[in-house]
This record gives sequence, structure tokens and C-alpha cells, in this order.
Amino acid sequence: MTDQPMPDRDARPDTHTAGDARGHQHDAGAPRHLGEVIVTASGIEKYFGSHHVLRGMDLEVQRREAVMLIGRSGSGKTTFLRCINFLEEPTVGYIEIDGLRLDADPLHARSRAHQEQIRQIRLRTGLLFQEFNLFPHMTVLGNCIEAPTRVRRISRGEAVSVAEAYLEKVGLIDKRDEYPSRLSGGQKQRAAIARALCMEPKVLLFDEPTSALDPELIGEVLNVMEELAHEGVTMIVVTHEMHFAREAADRVVFIEDGTIVEQGPPQQVLDDPHEEATRSFLRRFLDT
Amino acid sequence: MTVAVGTPEPRSVVAQVEAAQERARTAWRLKFAATWVVLIGLILIGLGATGNIDTGFISEWGPFIVGGTWLTVLISVASISIATVLALLGAFGRLSSNAYINGVASLYVSLARGTPLIVQILFVYLALPQIGIVLPAIPAGLIALSFNYGAYMTEIFRAGIQAVPRGQREAAEALGMPERLIVRRIVLPQAIRIVIPAIGNEFIAMIKDSSLVSILAVEELLFRARLVGQQNFRSLEALIIAAAIYWILTIAFSQVQQRLERRMARSDR
Repeated sequence: MTDQPMPDRDARPDTHTAGDARGHQHDAGAPRHLGEVIVTASGIEKYFGSHHVLRGMDLEVQRREAVMLIGRSGSGKTTFLRCINFLEEPTVGYIEIDGLRLDADPLHARSRAHQEQIRQIRLRTGLLFQEFNLFPHMTVLGNCIEAPTRVRRISRGEAVSVAEAYLEKVGLIDKRDEYPSRLSGGQKQRAAIARALCMEPKVLLFDEPTSALDPELIGEVLNVMEELAHEGVTMIVVTHEMHFAREAADRVVFIEDGTIVEQGPPQQVLDDPHEEATRSFLRRFLDT
Repeated sequence: MTVAVGTPEPRSVVAQVEAAQERARTAWRLKFAATWVVLIGLILIGLGATGNIDTGFISEWGPFIVGGTWLTVLISVASISIATVLALLGAFGRLSSNAYINGVASLYVSLARGTPLIVQILFVYLALPQIGIVLPAIPAGLIALSFNYGAYMTEIFRAGIQAVPRGQREAAEALGMPERLIVRRIVLPQAIRIVIPAIGNEFIAMIKDSSLVSILAVEELLFRARLVGQQNFRSLEALIIAAAIYWILTIAFSQVQQRLERRMARSDR
């Protein structure tokens, strides 16, 4: 496997083409103008058997906002993220994304109607996994056009040109015909980001996108994510990268024992936490 | 031989080591091949020395026995194909959350694996006519072989489908792909890659088990060998010819299979 350094993004003038085409402004540095609420999670509770993992979580995310979920492993942040696109069916509560509300219905989770609703929610979200989960039997480009052509049913030609724009953005256009097995971990995750973007989701959900990466490959993925955040791509990110949260987040949410303990701008939550639980988490985090 | 003074040049050492390893590999292969040639030669000479081998019979009836090869191959290919379809259906049945579908598939697997293949062959040909289902010998043989192998292959396919990482399905779900598309485009292609070696083994077994349909008087390899061998009291020659052909067929297919696997390993993963 070849570990390529992150391409120098300033050297590529057309880096932001795809984002601009979707109407995102690129105003790095200037404060972002957040829009209306686009994601609402309300009263989300989740039991795994008798284990009460989420104890009533409420979160509203505005268009163009980058929200980072932090907390100990086992605090429920990943479960919460997966509840947002119903990869985990919440026990109670509802999710609303871009005007489509779906109530948790674990009793009829497998019913056709509910599954179709879930699919509609998922079409509004893009999810990035720790383990990337690229399709190994398809090339990078194949991964990117699979869902657009077969789910959105756009023409192959159009799907390819959209995919190429996003691959360009994540710096992988020269890998478009490679199979995932030939990519480094960082390249795989960037390809997965391009694949998610190709479905034009309303919000990107990241589930610890760099925890499976070798340390030297983390930066290239975080750079891409930070760039997306600055362009105004709405995102909810479960992360342990505090430095990244400080740089790219509009809001940091600290989760413990399945509840939101504290949230606010990154400077406030990370540097001047109000809650003792947050302080203790950050202290332990900085020590290790 | 000149003795090098000081440190030897590393690259020349590597070259020497590699050359030595290559020589050793070649020698090993030669010895291995020689062992086979000698053993097989000894067996043939031993048989010849008994004075009981009738070369006249071999040249007269050999071609007739060999002529059964194509039917053996045809039956094997047809049965493995039908069995593959049955196995796919069976695997999804065994993985179904629907109790009826799962029940049907599980009963099929249990029945087909729990009774002898030869009983199944005879049942289709001899027992079914009693309830009005009369089948010619070849179709009866095909049905019995497919039925039996389909059950074993059901379990192979089921394991293959379950071996596709859970994250693959989740990634497809997260992209909004509907269930059918996930199965057809994401799960099955990966499952098939996983099970291809096992299906190859089943095919090899099928080539040999196809000989069982000779009891239905299907004129494949073994039937022909038994026919002319018993008529001429030359079963030794006849069965050696049949056995040799089965052996050659399985060796040839193993080679094809190895090449196929190597090519697939190269394309990805």
C-alpha cells in the first residue's frame, strides 16, 4: 500500500467546484451564517435489552452547522449518531430531517411502510464509518456512482461527472479506477466521503472517521472534513480529535451516560467547561 | 573459488540465496514428479506381470468406455448448475426471518442431507412412478443429484452470505439502497467470491458421484465400463480405464479452479 501525502489543496484551483455547484459559499475564516434547523432529534431513548443507552437526547442542528459529539467510549454518542439515520431504531423519540419526521416505532420496525420511511430519512443523510465500508468489489468510481444511478436513478454520465467532481475535492481523482484494496486507510475514508457526498445528503454523519487510521493518515481525512465544514456542509461528527473539534466545530456537545451534559461553542466547552463531568472527561483525555 | 575478504556485497548475497532457493525448488519438484511416475509405473508393470491384462480388450472396448466421458461431464455440469440455483434459494430461505420460508428450506436441507444419495436416486427413478411421476433415467439422475448437492451447497451459500461483513450491508443501507438492491449488488457478489472455492470442490465431488446414476442404466462412464467389463469378464481393465478418466477429469478441473482463484485474488481483496 502506498501512503500518499495529502495533496496540496491550494495547488488545485478547482477544489471547490463541486461545493459551489451545490450552492455552498466558501468563506473560510469569516463566521458562517447558519440556516434554519435541518436536523432535529427529539426525546431519543434507546435500550439494548435492559441496558439504557440513551436517556432522552434532544439535538437541533442548523443548516451549515458542524456539530461535534464528544464523550467517553460507551457514553452513547455513536448509538445516538446511528439513531439519526435509524441504523439503530430508537426505542422512543423522533428524528426530523429537512421536513421529514419519523417517529421511533420498534414494534413495527420491520414493517414495509416503516422501512420505506427509514429509507427516505437515509436518503437525506450520509454516514461515514470507522471502518470505511467501501464496497471491495467495485472501483472507487463504482462505489461513488452505485447509489446515485440505482437509487436516485440519475444517468450514468451525470453520476460519473458528479463523482469525479467530489473525487477531485477529496484528492482522489487519480484513484478513480482503483479497487479499495489498493488504497491506504486515509484514501479509503476520503473515497467513502466522496461516495456519501455523491448522494447529495442534507447532513453528513461521521462515526469516529479517523479511529481506525494510522496516526500519520489522520490528517488527510480531517483536512477534507474541515474543508467541508468551512464550505458549509452540515455535519454531525462523533470524534476523539479535540484539536479538530476546536478548529472545525460550530458547536461541541459533550455526552455522558446517554445524556447531553453540556454543549456550546468549542472554545467554551473545551476550554471553559461549566460542568464537572466535562472537566473530568477533558482532564483525563488530555492526560493520556 | 576466491575467498572474499571483508564484508560481502549484500546484493550478490541476495542473488546467491535466491539462486540456491530456486535450485532447491526445482529439485523438489523433480523428485516429487519422479515419485509419481515410479509408483504409477510400478503399479502398471505389476499388473502387466500378472499376465492377466488383455490389451486386445483395451483397444477394442477402450474407446467405447471413454465415449461415456461426455455424458459424465454433461450430467455433472447440469446437476451442479441446477444445484447452485437450489442452493441460492435454499440459503436465502435458511436466512429468512419468515418462519414458513425458513421451515421449508430447513426441511429440505435436513431431508436431502439426512438420506443417502443412492436412495434418493433410486427413489426418483423407481419410487415416484408408483405415484404417477415417471421420469426417464437421465432426468431422474439429474434431479436426484441436484436435489442432494443443492442441500449441501445451501449451507455453503448461507455461510458465504453470513461471511460478508455486516458493515457492507450497513453502508448500503446508509446510502438508501432498498433491500433487493443490497442483496443483488452488494451482498451476493461478495458472497459468491467467498464460496467459489467451495463450489469448485462440490463440482469435483459431483464428477465422481455422477457415477451413481449408472445404476439407472444411464450410459455414462461407469455404466459402460461395467457393461463391457462384465460381458467380457474383463472388469479389471474396464474399471481401470473408468477410474483413470475420473481421476484425469478431477485433476484437470482442480487446475482450472486454482487458476480461477488466483486470478480472482489478483483482481482485488
